[in-house]
Amino acid sequence: MDIKEIIKPENLVYKRTPLMTDATLSYCPGCGHGTIHRLIMEVVEEMGIQQEIIGIAPVGCAVLAYEFMDVDFTEAAHGRAPAVATGIKRLWPGKFVFTYQGDGDLAAIGTGETIHACNRGENITIFFVNNGIYGMTGGQMAPTTLEGMRSSTTPYGRNSTAMGPPYKITEMIAQLPGTYYVTRQSVHKPGPVRKAKKAIRIALEAQKENKGLSFIEFVSNCNSGWKMTPVDSNIWMEENMFPFYPMGDIKVEGKLVKN
Amino acid sequence: MKELALMKGNEAIAEAAIRAGVDGYFGYPITPQSEVMEYLTLQKPEERTGMVILQAESEIASINMLYGAAGTGKKVMTSSSSPGISLMQEGISYIAGAELPCLVVNVVRGGPGLGTIQPSQADYFQATKGGGHGDYHLIVLAPASVQEMADFVDLAFNLAFKYRNPAMILSDGLIGQMMEKVELPPQKERVTTFDQSWVTTGKTDDRERNIITSLNLDPDRQYEHNLKLQEKYKNMEQDVMFERIACDDADFLLVAYGSSARICQKVVEVARGRGKRIGLLRPQTLFPFPTREIAKLSRRVKAIMSVELSAGQMVEDVRLAVKGKVPVYHYGMMGGKIHSPDDVLHAVEEKFMGGF
Repeated sequence: MDIKEIIKPENLVYKRTPLMTDATLSYCPGCGHGTIHRLIMEVVEEMGIQQEIIGIAPVGCAVLAYEFMDVDFTEAAHGRAPAVATGIKRLWPGKFVFTYQGDGDLAAIGTGETIHACNRGENITIFFVNNGIYGMTGGQMAPTTLEGMRSSTTPYGRNSTAMGPPYKITEMIAQLPGTYYVTRQSVHKPGPVRKAKKAIRIALEAQKENKGLSFIEFVSNCNSGWKMTPVDSNIWMEENMFPFYPMGDIKVEGKLVKN
Repeated sequence: MKELALMKGNEAIAEAAIRAGVDGYFGYPITPQSEVMEYLTLQKPEERTGMVILQAESEIASINMLYGAAGTGKKVMTSSSSPGISLMQEGISYIAGAELPCLVVNVVRGGPGLGTIQPSQADYFQATKGGGHGDYHLIVLAPASVQEMADFVDLAFNLAFKYRNPAMILSDGLIGQMMEKVELPPQKERVTTFDQSWVTTGKTDDRERNIITSLNLDPDRQYEHNLKLQEKYKNMEQDVMFERIACDDADFLLVAYGSSARICQKVVEVARGRGKRIGLLRPQTLFPFPTREIAKLSRRVKAIMSVELSAGQMVEDVRLAVKGKVPVYHYGMMGGKIHSPDDVLHAVEEKFMGGF
């Protein structure tokens, strides 16, 4: 098959979901956010729920998420997305509601809202993008920044004695009875992308069935904040982030998975 | 037939909320307003009207639940008292910026800080001047009776939806806790009749996606947005509400709202019994403020006194209205102490001496 054949519409095997808008992504080249956006919108398209879903954008790199995903959106104050989602879902229990949050938003300033929404078992989906850093404000230390990792506020590396160690909020919220599905994924390679998409489907299907809160952490890169090339950042992520934030399901169908 | 009840102000707000067809209440306990959520949960409004009640983990969470729910076009409210309202200011600023209608009830207690649980009117600045960051205003209603606690719920929602702006009922521990006879409003259906074109309930095929946000990274757009907000606040003047009590022949004017207005009603009565022509202007809306009415009255009275349970906050707006034409005084106790009619009378005689 030559190129002319390949590009014929009947021969296409993949195309961009129309639920991604034409707006140019504001994310740095090499960042995982764009892929995660696309995967969520692909699942929304496949499930045919565009008319039934409301997203909550965070404060952080994804503050403009509503520019790229063609669904109704509310932009929350920093860390408050789970409370905003709760307000919508309680009044519209038949709709799909998801939050899209970074590690500073979800695991630092929004810890209270995160834990209590999870504990109440709000029937929403939380997409948590963990890149171990505050990307938008210029690479400061996040609650998820690894021990010894450099950031603009830990220029000599994170010192856990002085600054506290990084913590795994995903494992914490998995302990709560309100969470139904808790998993950790990544989108840096084709294989993980396919797994991540399956996880998104499971999460939104669970919401359809009123099973409780589903929570997907995406361990992602921040090549700009980490001051690396995109390829190097992905390698660094595999070698350093994954051992501390291991991939895979943590809770499935309301039961903790033994790793 | 009239439906009468003897209730606390806080209970009247809760009952009126159910009857106004409010869709959701999100709150967090704090004295002296905890009866609002207690009454609501006891009434099982989920059975009476389908109203949703949720106790949040903090005032920060409850105001953000309100933000989300208000963005879907539902009638939603919260209530709290001073320290809790301070915590909500971030969320209120977002709600004002995103132009969402909702109701926040503040049953004010004395401050600053943890202060006291006794009544106060020291949150006037916070309520009428914005309260959080940025250039914005709330619609502020000031009930002076248990009846108005009930009546102002529906009114607040009508104004909030009319202007797509958060409304506040600025009460205090006195009005919230005292019991009075109240005529309850009839039960309204829990349906939304307001414009819903902007709500985030899922993007349908016939429209573009709706976005609720207060973010405009482009300063030109944010400037335009601010101009639009300011125009809206100016338009609110047409909905100013006040009560004139014995103002027609008054030589001296008291200006007071809420619980202080109740006290001043007695002051007017006693003073008139002594042959002193005192009148009372009682703002029912604090934003919009009855600036024009006060200016008008200032042309014929000899002096004006603003009576508030604070160090003197509303008095600044009274002075702005009077523009120096006559002396404007302030009298008021602070920190949860309540002035008696005698206290006010004494202050009136002291300040207005020579005029009588």
